Amino acid sequence: MSKTNLPDASGHFGPYGGRFVAETLMEPLDELTAAYEKLKNDATFQAEYDKDLAHYVGRPSPLYFAERWSELLGGAKVYLKREDLNHTGAHKINNTIGQALLAKHLGKTRIIAETGAGQHGVASATVAARLGLECVVYMGAEDVKRQALNVYRMKLLGAEVVAVESGSKTLKDALNEAMRDWVTNVDNTFYIIGTVAGPHPYPQLVRDFQTIIGREAKQQILEAEGRLPDALIACVGGGSNAIGLFHPFIDDEAVAMYGVEGGGDGIDTPRHAAPLCAGRPGVLHGNRTYLVEDDDGQIIETHSVSAGLDYPGVGPEHAWLKDSGRANYVAATDTEALQAFHDLTRFEGIMPALESSHALAYAAKLAPAMDKEKIIIVNLSGRGDKDIHTVAGLQGIKV
Amino acid sequence: MSRIAQRFAELKSQKRKALIPFVTAGDPNPTVTVPLLHAMVEAGADLLELGVPFSDPMAEGPVIQKACERALAHHVSLHDVLDMVKEFRQRDTATPIVLMGYMNPVEIMGYQAFAQAAAEAGVDGLLTVDMPPEEAGDLVAVLAEADIDPIFLLAPTSIDERIAKICAAASGFVYYVSLKGVTGAANLDVAAVEHKVEQIRKHTDLPIGVGFGIRDAETARRVAAVADAVVVGSAVVNRVAENAEQPEKINEAVTSLLREMRNAMDKQ
Repeated sequence: MSKTNLPDASGHFGPYGGRFVAETLMEPLDELTAAYEKLKNDATFQAEYDKDLAHYVGRPSPLYFAERWSELLGGAKVYLKREDLNHTGAHKINNTIGQALLAKHLGKTRIIAETGAGQHGVASATVAARLGLECVVYMGAEDVKRQALNVYRMKLLGAEVVAVESGSKTLKDALNEAMRDWVTNVDNTFYIIGTVAGPHPYPQLVRDFQTIIGREAKQQILEAEGRLPDALIACVGGGSNAIGLFHPFIDDEAVAMYGVEGGGDGIDTPRHAAPLCAGRPGVLHGNRTYLVEDDDGQIIETHSVSAGLDYPGVGPEHAWLKDSGRANYVAATDTEALQAFHDLTRFEGIMPALESSHALAYAAKLAPAMDKEKIIIVNLSGRGDKDIHTVAGLQGIKV
Repeated sequence: MSRIAQRFAELKSQKRKALIPFVTAGDPNPTVTVPLLHAMVEAGADLLELGVPFSDPMAEGPVIQKACERALAHHVSLHDVLDMVKEFRQRDTATPIVLMGYMNPVEIMGYQAFAQAAAEAGVDGLLTVDMPPEEAGDLVAVLAEADIDPIFLLAPTSIDERIAKICAAASGFVYYVSLKGVTGAANLDVAAVEHKVEQIRKHTDLPIGVGFGIRDAETARRVAAVADAVVVGSAVVNRVAENAEQPEKINEAVTSLLREMRNAMDKQ
């Protein structure tokens, strides 16, 4: 059976996914599903999306052979899919462009979004500015403090940023608050979810908008090397950049896939953000998936040096790919990710986002164990400018 | 006949409407809850909704969010909530109790284990906000074996087709969420509620409870005129919150509100 024809009609990936929301949102989700099913096969809509990707986002993004870093690692050839070169600096814009077009087609005048590090918030505020839509971004009060630069970026773009004071005051609470807004303002509001989680159809539609990454990478590696890669590596928070890279390769069984979670202080400590490596299945934010939770089913506050990975859940398709054995899920610690951040910066002149640095950290482990003829593609999902304050702070330097 | 069906049958014969207050279990501390449940019954509550604290209460406004946080500061778990029900049942075997919360604590306990423990404790119904009937097939079957009623929500956005499907899956009563929004919102429109309740009645003979946005005796009276039950959550929890630092005053603060509502509902 192909593993690429999921979710099923009710939004399930095996036992995962589904639609666990309050009744008020069920009909709007049905409407969204119907609209998306119609538009995804609509040539005009697709042409509009492709045009925006080419001329606004700057696609295709290059597939770059990191020759010097590969030599340093002393094994497989490592290619980087340069999502960091997209407009706004990460893969997030692939999805917000698509969802904003959906919002426009549904006649919604207001968009809302949740954000952790601020990248999805910026990408949402950006498309809202371009389409003249009202935009409200929910962000945990703790994250607002940690990510002052992105908060200001969103405000410059005309978005209202709401600091969420409930719960642990981080990304999961921002998502709760965005859901509360949506249930209240569902008539005129489109909720742009930033990752492949949430109630059906979000995991599917966000994935579909992100698979441009894998489709391009496949064509580019065939052009460069004349064959498919041996391994794909991507970081996994909610998992949108990873599924975007993985999905077009799922039926190519010889291509190994590695999703790298935020290991924080280590997955054998209480301070990590690795539900697939160290969590268990449960229901949160509209879907059944792996969660970081306690024995009572309460969600535990996660930790990762990278705000974009600092989330207790993960997209349901990843949960399913884990159980089916098609993809492998591992974790990189904060320390390993920081080392990779510095190495790529110094040896390739490319400063990766701390999220993407987790994928690089695993590549640094995997590549040396592989022959020099082998090929790895790492999704460089975002650029590291936003993380300079964090990295400097960890070195005791005030910028 | 389940305790919930029994209670609604009694009320119908008395031509009275049900008053259903909600409190979060363990708010502001675990010792308060069972005495408060008894006090609410004495003040005129016909059924009780007991909130199971959850770390991520997506459908709640700030009042019940904070109640969850106060209870979770004492690590009140679903097991603890069932213990409270068991204790309540030592003195009261007639008043139905519906647990209200989110799916994850039930998921982690396991449906079978939950249903068995809940039935043993004396729970009569389960309402999980984030569990629409589409996902609830397995759960409903397990609850049915344990004689626990699955209570489902209906909303202003529910179209006829959904209303029919939800009513078919529900037993005990159905719960109409009176507005688009979170608990404790302020924009209740009684005329719109009446219209929707009439629409729901075309699909079911189950009693229809209405909740969200019922804050005082006057709204309780007006909603009771069109529905079979009035669910009062945030207004009750507000009284708890106001006295969180002096818990000995909570019972009186809550029961005075319920008595006003009861009187107003019974007058018409």
